[in-house]
Amino acid sequence: MKSSFPPYLRIVLLAAALLAFPLVFTGAFYRDIGVTFLLAAISASAWNIVGGYAGQVSVGHSMFFGVGAYAPLLLYTLFGWPPIAGIPLGIAIAIALAIVIGMPTFRLTGHYFSMATIAVAELIRIFVGTWDFVGAAIGLQGPARARGWWDLTFRSELPYYYIFLAVLGIVLATTAFIERRRFGFYLRAVKASERAARSLGVSVRRTKLQALALSAAFTSVAGSLYAAKTGFIDPDSGFGILVSVQMLIVAALGGAGMLFGPLLGAAILIPLQTATNTWFGGGGSGLTYILYGGIIVLIARFEPGGLLELWHRIRPRWSRRAHAA
Amino acid sequence: MVAVQVIVGGLLLGAIYALFSSGLTLIWGMMNFINFAHGEFVMLGMYVALLVVVYIGGGPAIFGIAAAVALAVLGIAIYFSLIRHVIRGPMLAQILSTFGLALLLRYTAFWIFSANFVSLPANALSGTVSLAGVYLPVAQLVAGIVAIVLTIGLHLLLTRTAVGSKLLAVAEDRTAAMLMGIRPDRMQALAWGLSAGAAGIAGALMAIAYPWSPSVGETFVLIAFVVVALGGFGSVLGSLYAGLITGLIQAVSAFWLGAIYKDIVVYGLFVALLWLRPQGLMGKA
Repeated sequence: MKSSFPPYLRIVLLAAALLAFPLVFTGAFYRDIGVTFLLAAISASAWNIVGGYAGQVSVGHSMFFGVGAYAPLLLYTLFGWPPIAGIPLGIAIAIALAIVIGMPTFRLTGHYFSMATIAVAELIRIFVGTWDFVGAAIGLQGPARARGWWDLTFRSELPYYYIFLAVLGIVLATTAFIERRRFGFYLRAVKASERAARSLGVSVRRTKLQALALSAAFTSVAGSLYAAKTGFIDPDSGFGILVSVQMLIVAALGGAGMLFGPLLGAAILIPLQTATNTWFGGGGSGLTYILYGGIIVLIARFEPGGLLELWHRIRPRWSRRAHAA
Repeated sequence: MVAVQVIVGGLLLGAIYALFSSGLTLIWGMMNFINFAHGEFVMLGMYVALLVVVYIGGGPAIFGIAAAVALAVLGIAIYFSLIRHVIRGPMLAQILSTFGLALLLRYTAFWIFSANFVSLPANALSGTVSLAGVYLPVAQLVAGIVAIVLTIGLHLLLTRTAVGSKLLAVAEDRTAAMLMGIRPDRMQALAWGLSAGAAGIAGALMAIAYPWSPSVGETFVLIAFVVVALGGFGSVLGSLYAGLITGLIQAVSAFWLGAIYKDIVVYGLFVALLWLRPQGLMGKA
């Protein structure tokens, strides 16, 4: 059975639901979940470009996130510039980092890339923790009170929600645009078989490098948004391994390499995480990560395509049954 | 004299690095697979040693063997329940499988043992010994020497015995080995047992001489990456040299630059190696 309405209508409905969410659920608690959900969806969608589409599994994307989070607050601390001015700086450093890691490892198999990402992220985390210029272990703070809208420091969650939603829209639109272009086919070719892609004339290393640079840039923006929202960053919340874990699990649970995979993953995990933290109190975060580890292992073992792929596989069976009835 | 003490201390710690890294390199050499949970295996070996000492009692020989056996069993179980199913799957599944496992083991350890640092109670190896004016804790000396002996033992097992030949045959060509009557699945399970067992006993040795907490696994797996990258992916003997060098570099940089810089120097070395010699310092091009 064909779906009763065309795909673009579904996207319009999804967009409408996301736009209406904070107006329907006006409580601060729900809006906070909404903002957290959007941030998780943005960074996981950014990870998805290189980790999902190109199949190069980064386990150290926190380095790009952290760079994006530190840059605005550093410019504010040094020169009193509005944090928004740090976004391009964060993007530039993130792309430079992407090149430093991608250039040597993309000549080798995917395992080297994964090992390099986790090692570099950890290297930066420890280094930033010792570097007084960026606040060492204490970290950096943003403006306590907004001097104007450009400081992106709001009392209400609402402005953050719509800014984050707009950025998510940009990331997803870019990904959707790439999906249909030659570059998107290159990415999938590289993921399926590097040798085959190379024999068809795809510059494998350059394709992977471009995907990583784009992914790093978007992840850096996610970090900047996080810093603007919380007004504070330290080595662990910027560069910690758990930041990378969150991107990875959100994308993989929903469906790595699929446009709306990270969105689905975030829609499931963020409420789950809020629930475990609320039920188990402060000690809940430990249990959350036991749960995360377990979910990651189960995805790897049974459903590497994520829930979205599972859904695409079982839906035809259901609708056939509905037809027969 | 202080310099000599720093160097010897670094080499002895490096010997333990060599032992657990040889486990990582064995799996890489056998099946082109990186175990992100390898550091957690070392961490579990440390807690097995602690539990045996506290609840059963016995000397280093007892808890060392207990840690090796417990982890070898865990390694084989993980191979059959998880690794065997993802090894021919997509890259994402391969990396997620052991990465998720690492999280699961690390945070379960946090949950059970809390984040506090612990150390083994005083035992037969407490105290210090003076060798030609260099003062060394007996525990460090014994742990380091045993680790070197075991690493060489693993190398000899792989190169000089029938079982070793079978393992290498599977690594070389799975299908050809199968035609020769070797069961690749069993050999790979054995490799996981050996690899995790080496990590477990390395953990027990480390526990004799140094305090630890559940978070050490993350550091150890990164050190193992450095050692394996330095010694050449897949070479046990290479990881022996590289382990000693890594321990030495760490001790020297901790002494002259400050303790907080020791990991920065070692991870920086890893990135430099990836740029300059990705096949490893002693690996073949």
